Amino acid sequence: MTAPATPAAAPAAAAEKSTTQILQLRDAYATPGKLVPPGAQPIVRLLGIEKYFGENYVLRGCTLEVYPRETICLIGRSGSGKSTLLRCANFLEEPTRGLVEIDGIQVAAAPLQSRSRGHREEIRRLRMSAQMVFQEFNLFPHMRVIDNLIEAPIRVKGVSRKEVIATAEKYLDKVGMMDKRDEWPARLSGGQKQRVAIARALTMEPKVLLFDEPTSALDPELVGEVLKVMAELAHEGATMIVVTHEMAFAREAADRVYYIDEGVFVEAGPPDQVIESPRDPRTQRFLKRLLDKV
Amino acid sequence: MSSAATGELAPLPARPPTPRDPIVDAIAAQRRRDTSRFRITVAVTWLVLVAIIVGGLFLAGKIDFDFLGEWAGYIVGGAGLTIVISAASIALAVVFALLGAIGRLSGNAIIYGLASFYVSLVRGTPLLVQILFIFLALPQLWSGFADIPLILLGVFALAFNYGAYMTEVFRAGIQAIPRGQLEAGAALGMPGQLRMRRIVLPQAIRIVTPAIGNEFIAMIKDSSLVSVVGVQELLWRAQRVGQSNFRSLETLLVAATMYWILTIIFSIIQDRLEKRMAESDRRT
Repeated sequence: MTAPATPAAAPAAAAEKSTTQILQLRDAYATPGKLVPPGAQPIVRLLGIEKYFGENYVLRGCTLEVYPRETICLIGRSGSGKSTLLRCANFLEEPTRGLVEIDGIQVAAAPLQSRSRGHREEIRRLRMSAQMVFQEFNLFPHMRVIDNLIEAPIRVKGVSRKEVIATAEKYLDKVGMMDKRDEWPARLSGGQKQRVAIARALTMEPKVLLFDEPTSALDPELVGEVLKVMAELAHEGATMIVVTHEMAFAREAADRVYYIDEGVFVEAGPPDQVIESPRDPRTQRFLKRLLDKV
Repeated sequence: MSSAATGELAPLPARPPTPRDPIVDAIAAQRRRDTSRFRITVAVTWLVLVAIIVGGLFLAGKIDFDFLGEWAGYIVGGAGLTIVISAASIALAVVFALLGAIGRLSGNAIIYGLASFYVSLVRGTPLLVQILFIFLALPQLWSGFADIPLILLGVFALAFNYGAYMTEVFRAGIQAIPRGQLEAGAALGMPGQLRMRRIVLPQAIRIVTPAIGNEFIAMIKDSSLVSVVGVQELLWRAQRVGQSNFRSLETLLVAATMYWILTIIFSIIQDRLEKRMAESDRRT
């Protein structure tokens, strides 16, 4: 005996964009980068992402499309919403409106429904395709380095232990941490921890890497070793979305840079355009302040 | 030459060793002397207090030492059962507490309701009442209870009570795990249950281990309450012998001393374990 939609609810529902409408949103800035194979479709689509924290309107409709093998940098002042957007991409934050599509898995925002088991499963699959590297590393302190890497692939991807260990060692070697294979995380420097965290993300063999200010918690002398690993990944054609304040990295490694301010993209394009000669006065002011800080 | 090729800096020349300054050793020696003087004074103070109590009892001439010699062994023998009951109860209490804590943190209203009801019920009623209820009132509901061995009922009663208090300890331990740990697990695609089992609980248990030690020491003393329903542990033996010979002063002295010694022993063990755990944590 479910009651029909109350008259009050009906106009509200009509005001909501339908999924079909959202799916028509396009990222005007997205032109395939230099490493993108011809004819490729975007592998990541964040369409019309909006987010409220209580009454605080943090994201006001962001649309971002990323092609395979592209590196995208999101820049902006603190509080501009850039980290929130990245966290909405793998549903660590629940978007209020919008839709996320990664590697063909679509999950729409559903802030009013408690999620069904099937829906949670979709989010979990989406997360496995989009591995995140955190500002605070978030290594598991009770597991040695190698166990940090193999935990999830063994338990959630069901890959055999032997196979996972081989993969993990390959990526540990790649980030230059093979000699710390059996070390405890607490014994590593910040830069080493972050490189292990990158290897942990890679061991999941994701389609996209999401970096949430990966060098902001590091001592200045340790930033370089992490950026070097990230730049290598970018040049080898990993698909990456990077929230960062490191303009030198963005200039060097990004196919496109998006400047976000108060929850909207105000400017985007190749780094030599956005960073070297920004058009929007807000971007100009932000970059001037960042580069003049010394 | 290799430095030019790889762009690395040439190593700095080694700094000449500085001769050891004698003041460093003098300060260390002074500090050691202060510490040992403090410890010795504490020990002497304890000995004086023990001497006053024992001497006072002796001089008062009210203690029957022959009786004491005859029965002390029997009473002290109850300590074995006291330890067994305490250990079994703590182990079971940990299980209750774990379930309780997970329930108190559950988003499921029914599970949260069960857990919060359990904690409230147990914390709102005296332990002695709970013990009497389980031993005396439940058999009235179901006569099968009378066939369950007393010790098992006693262990259950103590564990049920301590589990509720420890629920809050475990809950705090689980909540002490940084949010980023759960986020990392989620981002790796681990489902909620797996995150709890593989990431949160192993870290939380480390945090609450010292608290479990404290609870065990408290349990050694509270286990005496099951003597009232006839579990033949330390206090039961003391009362039994004391009452039938009108010599409760002697027997209760033995029991109290024994509880005291047990708690001291386990405090020392706990202290050692904690130090060793702290050492294995010191990985930097």
